[in-house]
Amino acid sequence: MKAFRMLRRGFEHGVHPAHHKQQTEDLPIQRVPFGKDYVMPLAQHIGVPAKSVVAAGERVQRGQLIAEPGGFVSTGLHSPVTGTIREIGDFRGVDGCFAPAIAIEADPFATQQVDAGAAVDWQAMSLEQFIEAVQMAGIVGMGGAAFPAHVKLSVPDGVKIKHLLINGAECEPYLTTDHRLMLERPEALLEGAEIMRQKLGAEETVIGVEMNKPDAIEIVRQHIKPGQPVRVVPLKVKYPQGAEKMMIKSVFGVEVPAGQLPRDVEVNVNNVGTIVAIADYFLRGMPLIERVVTVAGPGVTYPANLIVPLGTPVRDVVKFCGGLKPGTREIIMGGPMMGRPIASLDVPVLKGCSGVLVFTEEQTSRRKEYPCISCGRCLEACPYFLNPSRLARLSKARMFDEMKDYHVFDCVECGSCTFACPSSIPIVQLIRTAKDDLTHRKEPDA
Amino acid sequence: MKKRDPDLLLAHAPLLRQGMTTPSAMRDVLYALAPATAASFWFFGLSAILIIGSCIAGAVGAEWLFDKREARGESLRDASGILTGLLLGLTLPPGLPLWMAFLGGFVGIALGKVIWGGLGNNLFNPALLGRAFLLATFPIAMTTWVAPIGDGGFFSVYQGNLALPFMQAQVDGITSATPLGLMKFEQEATPLMNLAFGNVSGSLGETSGILLLLGGVYLWLRRDLDWRLPVSILLTVAVFSACLGLFDPERFPTPLFSVFSGGLLLGAIYMATDPVTSPVTPRGAWIFGIGVGVLVMLIRVFGGLPEGVMYAILLMNAATPLIDRYTQPRVFGRGAESK
Repeated sequence: MKAFRMLRRGFEHGVHPAHHKQQTEDLPIQRVPFGKDYVMPLAQHIGVPAKSVVAAGERVQRGQLIAEPGGFVSTGLHSPVTGTIREIGDFRGVDGCFAPAIAIEADPFATQQVDAGAAVDWQAMSLEQFIEAVQMAGIVGMGGAAFPAHVKLSVPDGVKIKHLLINGAECEPYLTTDHRLMLERPEALLEGAEIMRQKLGAEETVIGVEMNKPDAIEIVRQHIKPGQPVRVVPLKVKYPQGAEKMMIKSVFGVEVPAGQLPRDVEVNVNNVGTIVAIADYFLRGMPLIERVVTVAGPGVTYPANLIVPLGTPVRDVVKFCGGLKPGTREIIMGGPMMGRPIASLDVPVLKGCSGVLVFTEEQTSRRKEYPCISCGRCLEACPYFLNPSRLARLSKARMFDEMKDYHVFDCVECGSCTFACPSSIPIVQLIRTAKDDLTHRKEPDA
Repeated sequence: MKKRDPDLLLAHAPLLRQGMTTPSAMRDVLYALAPATAASFWFFGLSAILIIGSCIAGAVGAEWLFDKREARGESLRDASGILTGLLLGLTLPPGLPLWMAFLGGFVGIALGKVIWGGLGNNLFNPALLGRAFLLATFPIAMTTWVAPIGDGGFFSVYQGNLALPFMQAQVDGITSATPLGLMKFEQEATPLMNLAFGNVSGSLGETSGILLLLGGVYLWLRRDLDWRLPVSILLTVAVFSACLGLFDPERFPTPLFSVFSGGLLLGAIYMATDPVTSPVTPRGAWIFGIGVGVLVMLIRVFGGLPEGVMYAILLMNAATPLIDRYTQPRVFGRGAESK
């Protein structure tokens, strides 16, 4: 009976891209040697940019706070290396625009020890102090969106969190960072989970993992301490299994009502990488200064899973992996479904960067767009049961207001519809255009 | 010297696409129709080839003529014009003058597709619109059915095929009523085996039920076809005729006869499922299918014509935008609601 329930477990719709994880899933995480130049953009996530607390020429230690949160939806930044602040100015960001950042030149003779290095007594902290500590440690959602972790922890009065859900689905093709973290650091994952669970006052921890990672499921299960309220739940291999509302549906069978948050169904969802970062900070005193990045794709010479100090230029990461093969046409930061291609190798690895994928001409999807033939494949793909075909038509006609009637703001831009579209219509792009217009349009003065 | 960085593309996520494209979906339908088309060649000889060829020529010609110069090559490559021509050809009687077939293909594309704004924008199925035009314009030629050719007649052509434009068509060959005509006007049932394998008179493509079903299964396996449409249409027709059978088993056809006779399989599997002109929502597909099934039986049983698949589908085509509008799917995290 239980096995039967497990088979049926899942959300409806979604798509099945080939997962392409064979390239890196068996490669242990390696550390990238320290380079010379690091660039830490002050805005690494939505919300308010951090405020620099250092000046050019100042010497900084690895792990030292270099920028403090600029508001509530904002986190601290720490120096990824011991060295000297070279400049505080505008640098090219991942989106191609210049944005304020702190440039640091690493000291070639430093040992690169982490400055703080001491455990933080989290048990003595109140919830408020804990949340502030998470914020100051610069911890964000490591799955890709980089949403500040402490904001999710701040639940309003009267809302109770019953389940801590840890997202190890890693449904994006190519990426293997969470997979490797679960295999190599299951203790850290479970320690971090216990800290979070106790601080949230949750009854149990559930770790959702897609079934294409049976070794990770096994190892995490083996490391659960007797009496620790942790369950590992194998999930169907389907995109977007790792979208938090989809995972809640898969694990608990509940739909989070539209416009509400996981906390409204008593769940708090965090990525595996985030939980490990929590453990690293509270047990080892290390703020978020590095992260695991999968470097993969047919265009990279030696694919790898790497620990990369934040701010490292993609150029250095790629160089460590043997460089680019001839014929490279596209470099993606993040996964291929929701990531972003970059225009230059000089942009830095950020907190939300789970992968650097190198595609050759063959993988780039430059297909001719055909008219929509209303085949309905996008409706079958959309995990939110929206009507992407209709939304795309309305957006093309610039009928953005009508799109609200079709719940355009419920779209999470997972890209399933666009993946499924045989006419290669850029549906997500059309939806984003409309959302952007609806959000930022200036109403004429009445 | 510093090596130059590669020239990098910037695109919008998602950066992966599944393999199917719209032209390949169209080609799949052509492949699915290949066995039934081959059967029409087998049963009706050179005439079938000539008629289908004329329809395709008319359809593709219209597409080429009315397209913008720079788009001409493209619209031919997406195979939708060829498909319209082939589908129309398969619905025509074997003895039809070729110039009429050509005109049907031409009008089907011109009035059924081009004036709506091309692929994806038309309200009615272009092939059926072409056929409706022919039936309204040349009612006699369109309802004169000849029996399949006998042995060794492959290269003989029905005289009617060669009629000059706007001349009175000579009816020749052994004219023979279709199974539905026999049923309606003479209450005479045709054996089911003949219906299934195609050795009956009728339009070119509608005679071989088994091969049409085979193609449908292929399309379903390739995910090119919304299974709800054929299933709901065929089920509705079967149930409807079973109910009629309760009243008078002598006068009304059996469910199997209803399903296998006339253009129903061709219509249900290949025409009602035209994605452009059928509802995009799953619930809409059921409504559309049931609507087609009911209309087919109403026309067949109570109307003046022996066959009603064409009008049934065209009528439901007209209702498609409305059906879509009122069968919007329930959105995740929202209660039951439709718009």
